[in-house]
Amino acid sequence: MSTSTDETAQSAADPAGIAGAAIRAGDRTFLGLSRGAGILVLAVMAAIAAFLIWQAIPSLQANSANFLTEQAWLPDQTPSVFGIAVLAVGTLVTAVIAMLIAVPIGFGIALFIAYYARPKFGKALGFIVDLLAAVPSIIFGLWGLYNFMPAVTSFAQWLSEYLGWIPIFANDKQLWTKSLLMAGLVLAIMVLPTISAISREVFLQVPRTHIEASLALGATRWEMIKMAVFPFSRPGMISAAMLGLGRALGETIAVALILSAVFEVNLHITEPGGNSFAANIALKWGEAGEVGRSALIASGLVLFLITLAVNMIARWIIARRKEFSGAS
Amino acid sequence: MSVVEVQEVEAAGHLTGRRLPKWGTPTLAGGALLIGLLVQLTGWTVIGLAPGVVAAVVFLLGQAIASLVVEGRRHAKDRIATTLIYATFVVALTPLLWILLTVLAKGLSVFNWTFFTSTMRNVSPRQPGGGILHAFLGTLEQVGIATLVSVPVGILAAIYLVEFGKGRLKFWISFFVDVMTGVPSIVAGLFIYTALILTGILQQSGFAAALALCILMIPVVIRSSEEMLKIVPNDLREAALALGVPKWKVILRIVVPTAISGLITGAMLAVARVAGETAPLLLTTFLAQDINLNAFNGSQTSLPTFIWDQISRGTAASVNRAWGAALALILFILIIYAAARILAARFAPKSR
Amino acid sequence: MKSTRALTCAALATVGALVLAGCGSSSGGSSPNANCASGSIKAAGSSAQGNAITDWINAYQTQCDQATIDYQAVGSGAGVEQFVAKQTSFAGTDSGVKEGDLTKANDRCAGGPAINIPMVGGAIAITYNLPGVDGLILTADVLAKIFASTITKWNDPAISALNAGKTFPDATIAQFHRSDSSGTTDNFTKYLSATAPTAWTFAPGKDWTAPGGQGAKGSDQVIASVDGTAHSIGYVELSYLFGTTNAKAALIDNGAGPVEASSATASTTIAAAAITGSGNDLLLKIDYTTKASGAYPIVLVTYEVVCEKGLSADQNPALVKSFLTFAASDTGQNMLNASGYVPITGSLLTKVRTAVSSLATS
Repeated sequence: MSTSTDETAQSAADPAGIAGAAIRAGDRTFLGLSRGAGILVLAVMAAIAAFLIWQAIPSLQANSANFLTEQAWLPDQTPSVFGIAVLAVGTLVTAVIAMLIAVPIGFGIALFIAYYARPKFGKALGFIVDLLAAVPSIIFGLWGLYNFMPAVTSFAQWLSEYLGWIPIFANDKQLWTKSLLMAGLVLAIMVLPTISAISREVFLQVPRTHIEASLALGATRWEMIKMAVFPFSRPGMISAAMLGLGRALGETIAVALILSAVFEVNLHITEPGGNSFAANIALKWGEAGEVGRSALIASGLVLFLITLAVNMIARWIIARRKEFSGAS
Repeated sequence: MSVVEVQEVEAAGHLTGRRLPKWGTPTLAGGALLIGLLVQLTGWTVIGLAPGVVAAVVFLLGQAIASLVVEGRRHAKDRIATTLIYATFVVALTPLLWILLTVLAKGLSVFNWTFFTSTMRNVSPRQPGGGILHAFLGTLEQVGIATLVSVPVGILAAIYLVEFGKGRLKFWISFFVDVMTGVPSIVAGLFIYTALILTGILQQSGFAAALALCILMIPVVIRSSEEMLKIVPNDLREAALALGVPKWKVILRIVVPTAISGLITGAMLAVARVAGETAPLLLTTFLAQDINLNAFNGSQTSLPTFIWDQISRGTAASVNRAWGAALALILFILIIYAAARILAARFAPKSR
Repeated sequence: MKSTRALTCAALATVGALVLAGCGSSSGGSSPNANCASGSIKAAGSSAQGNAITDWINAYQTQCDQATIDYQAVGSGAGVEQFVAKQTSFAGTDSGVKEGDLTKANDRCAGGPAINIPMVGGAIAITYNLPGVDGLILTADVLAKIFASTITKWNDPAISALNAGKTFPDATIAQFHRSDSSGTTDNFTKYLSATAPTAWTFAPGKDWTAPGGQGAKGSDQVIASVDGTAHSIGYVELSYLFGTTNAKAALIDNGAGPVEASSATASTTIAAAAITGSGNDLLLKIDYTTKASGAYPIVLVTYEVVCEKGLSADQNPALVKSFLTFAASDTGQNMLNASGYVPITGSLLTKVRTAVSSLATS
């Protein structure tokens, strides 16, 4: 599909140069333009990394504590003491909770729209789910805080009462609001439209021949999905999940509103507490001094690197799957 | 394995196995509801679960067992899957509708002619009144500039990946487009702030905000355009090349027009994605209470920063205005989606 | 054809919106006041003074419709940073620009100097939500213990001892503090450190470091949380208590009897503050341990950081001076009373006016 346009091929096909310089110039310009656009992507990514590193260095030099293991965040103090332990734990825990809930439900609702619902109803449902992607995150934060959280507190209480023997669900503070669990649940609702929209598109692209063949063999609807849809859609489903994960890792304002921002690593997810990279930047930026801002940019850089790592792993998984699936 | 089971059943002399009667599922559902009601009335709880949850679990288990006994394993799995998928529909839809209805209820109460046609100049934070005109125009300009930059760049890059790209450059560009889709919006804001504003190249302005939005839009445009361009059948390309049409003309005159409806949809979806972003705008723009149509100089408010500011004022009047602005933003994006669908249908290739 | 008609409609709608925009923004032009300046300036900083500055801006712009002043409540730190980076004409800060940072600010003013002028005072109200309990009285010691989570229940004897005749429920105190960095936290923790050093052992600062309680983002969320959660307590600037349903302000007993949080009681404390700056720099040191009768001890002051001299012409020093003159005037300071802020009074106000009048206009 990607035809090469190197000039040697051109001139081999047209040794007398009958086609003329105009074609080569047009092709060259166009190739240059489009290649330039592609390279711009690389340039921007490199620039992001470069500028973040440049601005982060002063604080890393001033830090008297271990950047990776320190829990407190007091960069503007003398001596400067700050570290990302709490932020990393909070970001990963909320993202994992969000993924555990949003991925199955996102795929479920995508399957529903594609294979279970009547076409018109499915389209309308899809439209509503897409519309949710448009709600600004501050609204999600406020709704999450004042409408959702009070209603879900009883669920958190149930968790800590009946499953409290599992360490992460234990609750010693008898307070169930503003916790990592709450933030994770709201994040799940926020990334649900993304995951469901993309996987829906992918499910709808499965060739009808595959589906009809499996049904003709007597497969039940679920067997048809397992045999025909999933193998074909797996790379797309992984992309959808990765996109959702990216959004969950980087969500700023909703998380800043919900979390109680305690600088102590606390794995009791139903207790108030926790903080994430993005939320911390939103909470501290306004009052930060010079070292403080540099420290926040350093945490932004770590978030950027984590996102990079997540995407690399996803790509690797997709590449491996492609070897096995045999689907085009 | 499914083929084997079909053979087993065929061997038993029937072409299809036994099935649950039509009244089976409704009866089970009714029974589950009764049990739920029983839990509610008597207060006998099973490990503290709510009556609704108990009813759902009873229904699921009952259906699974009944189906397993009557229909066999394959159909039991199918029924369980169907029930679970319907359940995800309910579980997903509940919070989604809840939010939409909340925004609708709170935002609609502020909607009136003034709200859409006036600004916040000289409006007290404690008094109702004022409007979002300045914020709306700001959003239009910022998102507009971002679109004007991102869509051509994105489509060109997608063209490179699909039509020209090969080897290592294509791999790395494609890889980093994936990575770019994951850049958190606040990091995009921090980048523009540190690279352009702190260094003095730009002031906080609508244009700086547009650049931050570009970072978020470009990878989305590239990814969706790539998919749309790949769908264009190769026959079209090869036929044109065989006729002697230069490659760049093939792309501009044949491939792109064929894919245009999908390209437009992709661009609109990217616009819808960034229209509600707040974090990058907080770092790259300065708040204004009045209209500023100059995106390159001076303070300019947008709908997301307007919402942010009004919430932080804390007064009832300001918070109401914020919800109104949120509803206006959602309606704006709804219009963009609708426009995308209309344009896509209008420009779709009239084949088939 | 449908599409051109649609386009024409869209074009007309946009033109219409822009025309209306022209109509929407101009206010009824009143006769220009002699003290008006024109042009536009940007200022940024403290969110505690946000609504006060907005009131002043609205009043000034109504009088002088050729002027545009934009204030962005990004926080004191960011405000000072933007001022030093020459992006704004002045900054608003709850802590003032002190010795070390003053050099950068002076450089920004091309030698300047840069000065702190206190313009908006605020009372930090201890807001609580206890159905059936009015006029809760607390002392610094008990307050420190509640916010340090060493007193955890409302019916603790320490609280009942101060509030004879009131019945307290056997409920956990739901304590709310700020999750974001804040000048309000800074002033409140300074007060607790100064008045209850044994009960409050945490270093004062913009970030909350005591254990327990829950963090909420911004005073707006603290007051919303307290208003919506029974048996809760928090601290916010007094102006945020307007319009709440269940949240009330507690009285603080500073040793000379319980004092209500109000503009009058807080302005007494602010007026008695010592000036630590030199010349026209009016950086204050507030005496949180004041035992004066009728003085509300938990106060904060917001300063406008300006260039006494050396503000470049494109940053419109004339408008800065004119606006600040209005803010320091009787009209301006009286507006603070109506909205729950605290005016600057007495000899301090005279010094503020002197400082403002010494600002260079070019």
